[in-house]
Amino acid sequence: MIVAFYVAAAVAVVATGLVITRSNPVHALLYLIVSLLAVAVVFFILGAPFVAALEVIVYAGAIMVLFLFVVMMLNLGPAAVAQERAWLAPRVWIGPGLLSLVLAALLVPILFEGTPQSAGTSPVNPKEVGMALFGPYVVAVELAALLLLAAVVGTAHFRRRERVVDAGRGGPSA
Amino acid sequence: MSPIPMEHVLVLAAVLLILGLVCVLVRRNVVFMLIGVEIMLNAAGLAFVAAGSRWGQADGQVMFLFILTMAAAEVAVGLAIILQIYWRHQTLDADAHRSLRG
Repeated sequence: MIVAFYVAAAVAVVATGLVITRSNPVHALLYLIVSLLAVAVVFFILGAPFVAALEVIVYAGAIMVLFLFVVMMLNLGPAAVAQERAWLAPRVWIGPGLLSLVLAALLVPILFEGTPQSAGTSPVNPKEVGMALFGPYVVAVELAALLLLAAVVGTAHFRRRERVVDAGRGGPSA
Repeated sequence: MSPIPMEHVLVLAAVLLILGLVCVLVRRNVVFMLIGVEIMLNAAGLAFVAAGSRWGQADGQVMFLFILTMAAAEVAVGLAIILQIYWRHQTLDADAHRSLRG
């Protein structure tokens, strides 16, 4: 388990270093997903399986897909088709694929050893997290809900203003 | 099964945070700057979870949940702003948007 931690940590650092040096946003996002998966493995080894699952589902799943949608929306046009073809070249996905393979290899010993021990203590299971979340932290949960509502309203507002500006110009600008 | 030293997890979190900070400071593409902010938030969450795991408390994971919520809200608003910037200026260069005349 100790070795698994250091391997996952190395994968996370290498993937993050590749994220900040890529010139193409889609390549960077592929490496960022690998980095988030590596951090999820670290969470699991630290005895936080609930947070590890959330990291994969929400961070590497939902938020990264949002990023990808916007990046894809930003370069529409005939040039995007050629770019799309270039993205399917093996050298694009071979790096993230190899790093993910390392993480998948880590999964095998974890599966056979069972639930890992955290740093000296027993793992904190989802039930305890839920009890804390809706016990002493219930006000913070309400505030988080308010924050998400504010984000929805803000995003809708930005979208609406763009249409008003375009109508004033007399045509879409993009 | 020997425990993982707390310091090593914190060093990992610090390295990830510094990489995210470098990404924000060095890159001039707005999308990459937002990615750097995401990396930094993730590193902060890692430090929270490591601390919660060190003392066997659920509070660290609760804090990570709040960071996750905040990151999702921040990405939604940030990406909406990025789309606005691109539609108005046809570029994602942060240096090209120094004048916020509105």
